[in-house]
Amino acid sequence: MIDELHEEKLKDLELKANKIRQLIIETLVEAKSGHSAGPLGMTDIFTAFYFHILNHDPKNPNWEDRDRLILSNGHICPVRYATMALAGYFPIEELKTLRKLNSRLQGHPHRTALPGVETTSGPLGEGISQAIGMALAAKLDNKKYHIYCLASDGEQQEGNTWEAVMFAAKYKINNLTLVIDRNNIQIDGFTENIMPLEPFRAKYEAFNWEVLEVEGSNIKAFIDAVREARAIFEKPTVIIAHTVPGKGVDFMENRFEWHGMPPDTQEVKGAPPKGEQAKKALEELRILEEKIESEHQ
Amino acid sequence: MLNPDLKLNPKLFDPDVEVKPTRHGYGDGLVVLGEQNPNVVALTADLAESTQAHKFAQKFPERFFQCGVAEQNMAAIAAGLGVSGKIPFISSYAIFSPGKNWETIRTTIIYNQSNVKIAGHHTGIMTGPDGATHQATEDIAITRCWPDIKVVVACDAIEAKKATMDAAKIDGPFYLRFSRDKTPIITTEDTPFETGKIPIFWTTKNPVCAILATGYMMYYSLLAAKELEQEGIPVLVANVSTIKPLDQNSILSIAEQTGSIVTVEDHQVGGGMGSAIAEFLAKTRPSPIEFIGVQDTFAESGKPTELIEKYGMGKSSIMEAVKRVIGRK
Repeated sequence: MIDELHEEKLKDLELKANKIRQLIIETLVEAKSGHSAGPLGMTDIFTAFYFHILNHDPKNPNWEDRDRLILSNGHICPVRYATMALAGYFPIEELKTLRKLNSRLQGHPHRTALPGVETTSGPLGEGISQAIGMALAAKLDNKKYHIYCLASDGEQQEGNTWEAVMFAAKYKINNLTLVIDRNNIQIDGFTENIMPLEPFRAKYEAFNWEVLEVEGSNIKAFIDAVREARAIFEKPTVIIAHTVPGKGVDFMENRFEWHGMPPDTQEVKGAPPKGEQAKKALEELRILEEKIESEHQ
Repeated sequence: MLNPDLKLNPKLFDPDVEVKPTRHGYGDGLVVLGEQNPNVVALTADLAESTQAHKFAQKFPERFFQCGVAEQNMAAIAAGLGVSGKIPFISSYAIFSPGKNWETIRTTIIYNQSNVKIAGHHTGIMTGPDGATHQATEDIAITRCWPDIKVVVACDAIEAKKATMDAAKIDGPFYLRFSRDKTPIITTEDTPFETGKIPIFWTTKNPVCAILATGYMMYYSLLAAKELEQEGIPVLVANVSTIKPLDQNSILSIAEQTGSIVTVEDHQVGGGMGSAIAEFLAKTRPSPIEFIGVQDTFAESGKPTELIEKYGMGKSSIMEAVKRVIGRK
């Protein structure tokens, strides 16, 4: 099961999350293409998964009894790639190849290109269904590994999502934990302006799921939520994780313009000039790193 | 004459020839697979009895998943099962699967390389009274364009059972096409079937034309061949049961032997089996070709046999097409 989180470990996780944010910025600048806001917002959750929650082996990505982590909103793969690299799935150097020709790090994750990504994703609304399929296979084979699925709030607008949600309730898929990145943004703007999702929690409850809510950037709270979810057996469970898109970089936080844009490619209102965005972002993250060190003294 | 090596149904030309829907072959094949292989699972989107998956459901309830009216979900769940060591067969009407869930299949099954077998039912205008909304006439076009997919269309219920079973033995995504209506039994249990091969069902000396048929339209093609022979026009008839991958050697040899082609399918003439043949021959051995199928239109409600005649796909239409194409050699 998932270990208790001690102070030392928490500090270590926060430092790793900060490192991953730095890697994300560097990777996107090199690629000159890709998504910023989602990856930065989900960094704490990815850190919690890869360095504390998941039962996995970076040197053996196809280990039969591993926990599965499905990323439904595949466009935020820069955070997945950066986390996997730091965890030892592949060399950190390889992050430079994101979105480039012949790369294993495809713009949207591709299962057969990179061991460990579990499925190909990108088109929204398909991940929960696939996670359910894997959960069913585990039950058929009497396997004890757990399936986690990460999805975005925007993709809840896809009808397929609710088909999957209905199915999971019917078949009581309790070896699946769904985590929703509730960051309130999507490509064209704020979710509540584009296609309102509220009342959001009530929707999942109406579909017969157990619902937990947590602040997505609080690593300790998130791990506690996952432990609570793992103890629920009568219904499938969703953790609505309230995240800040662009977290860690002041000029990106809560700005939907940064959804699909890497730093240093365009002038953006409220941001440093084009050539200085990454530099400023990395500076802020370095300051945050010192703050984490001192907070845990 | 009927190719004696293939042990086809000797009563094929009887007016009261045995008839059975090809979807029954799917249902029967699935049950045998269920018995042979514990990793075979089945899913449907509220069409268990119609697609004949109910027989599997009754025998193996723990391996059957009823998805309700939700074809995208069905496909993606199957994708998850398929990368986890299972061999999922998903069934619905073709218009909904692969129709409605086309992109879901593309992303999660084809590109993702999940071992899922997609059974599209109620295909062609011979679906009949339900009308055009339910008559899938573009499904071959939208599936054969996927890289690495295998597309198989059985000519009768017996072949359908073999095709279904073969699909489980061969790794990778399959599209299997089935029909609603009772159609004549053309083969026998002893007729060899091999995914990827195009056998000759009707042979003759010095054929002047080749009829390439897929699915139950093979029956009308054989009727046409028999009558053409009586009129002194010898043709051969080949069974294009696998549209992708195309048995290129057989097609080439047939084109060389005959010099002219008529393709026959219950599908739009644009993008289906005929197009696949034409694409290949245009590149390798350009030959005059005629396409029997749905001529770029939607059909309507009606009796299957009435629809075939009205939409120019019956025996006489095939015979006229042969006479036209010979004239262009």
